[in-house]
Amino acid sequence: MLSRAVCGTGRQLAPALGYLGSRQKHSLPDLPYDYGALEPHINAEIMQLHHCKHHAAYVNNLNVTEEKYQEALAKGDVTAQIALQPALKFNGGGHINHSIFWTNLSPNGGGEPKGLIPLLGIDVWEHAYYLQYKNARPDYLKAIWNIINWENVTERYMACKK
Amino acid sequence: MLSLPKLKYSLNALMPHISEETLNFHYNKHHAGYVNKLNGLIKGTPFENKALIDIMKESSGAIFNNAAQIWNHTFYWDSMGPNCGGEPFGEIKEKIQEDFGSFSKFKDDFSNILCGHFGSGWGWLALNNNKKLVILQTHDANNPIKENSGIPILTCDIWEHAYYIDYRNDRASYVKAWWNLINWNFKMSLACQKNYL
Repeated sequence: MLSRAVCGTGRQLAPALGYLGSRQKHSLPDLPYDYGALEPHINAEIMQLHHCKHHAAYVNNLNVTEEKYQEALAKGDVTAQIALQPALKFNGGGHINHSIFWTNLSPNGGGEPKGLIPLLGIDVWEHAYYLQYKNARPDYLKAIWNIINWENVTERYMACKK
Repeated sequence: MLSLPKLKYSLNALMPHISEETLNFHYNKHHAGYVNKLNGLIKGTPFENKALIDIMKESSGAIFNNAAQIWNHTFYWDSMGPNCGGEPFGEIKEKIQEDFGSFSKFKDDFSNILCGHFGSGWGWLALNNNKKLVILQTHDANNPIKENSGIPILTCDIWEHAYYIDYRNDRASYVKAWWNLINWNFKMSLACQKNYL
């Protein structure tokens, strides 16, 4: 059975995104596989840093920003609300994009999609590949096709179609 | 045909703040890569025989990105050096005090901008159109010359490739270390800025 990679204390696989309008804090989703599971295409060091540092920072910063936003709403402080928009966008976007990205990859992935056109995100920030591929982004983009989780991508498309 | 400007120091000259490995990749792969890419892109176009600064000012898209990144990196290498860092001296020292109040205020403000910048880009100390020193941040390949926001005096590269090997995600530590490398000698002479404009 595949163990799930967690940062710090073990956590249950929580919903990746808090539902809009709720005050529930966002949490870092566990990966559906170990940090080393995608080797040799993406190494364990990158996966751990990418998940525990980069993605975790987006989650933490999103929670902090949302708290401030709630305060600004409560006070009716429109100036503060507007000033917080970029941080909501950057950190919310970073959290959403990474949450999708982890599920788009699988140690049993690769090959070709079956049937339908998939929905897929590939992280091309340098942190996603630099330690292993340095400046050679094309090599990373070539390797990643070996770990695309087509089942997940197809599920997403089906869910969107409804 | 444009060529990669020579580095004024050896690849291990900025240790321990920036490693030889980083400098090797950053200069010989990234910076060199922009030069090779641009030469390919401008071949057979009106840009082919123009000076880099003119290509940068007049182009957009991929040609601009590569031209500006060549310029930005050359400026970055010249902003640093071995046996550098510490506090500014002479003309630039006085100007920093005049426009920021103190060097430590300037250092804090600049560090905060560099650490807070989202995504790829550059932080700049520039002389604005009112002849005041200002701190600017630009995204991706942009710079104050293109944005017409000032004359660059100093730059720090905050693309992840500039620090990821040495500092991983810890950009704040890279920024802290970078202050040990600033070539204030270069920055003192505003006359030398003319070489870049």
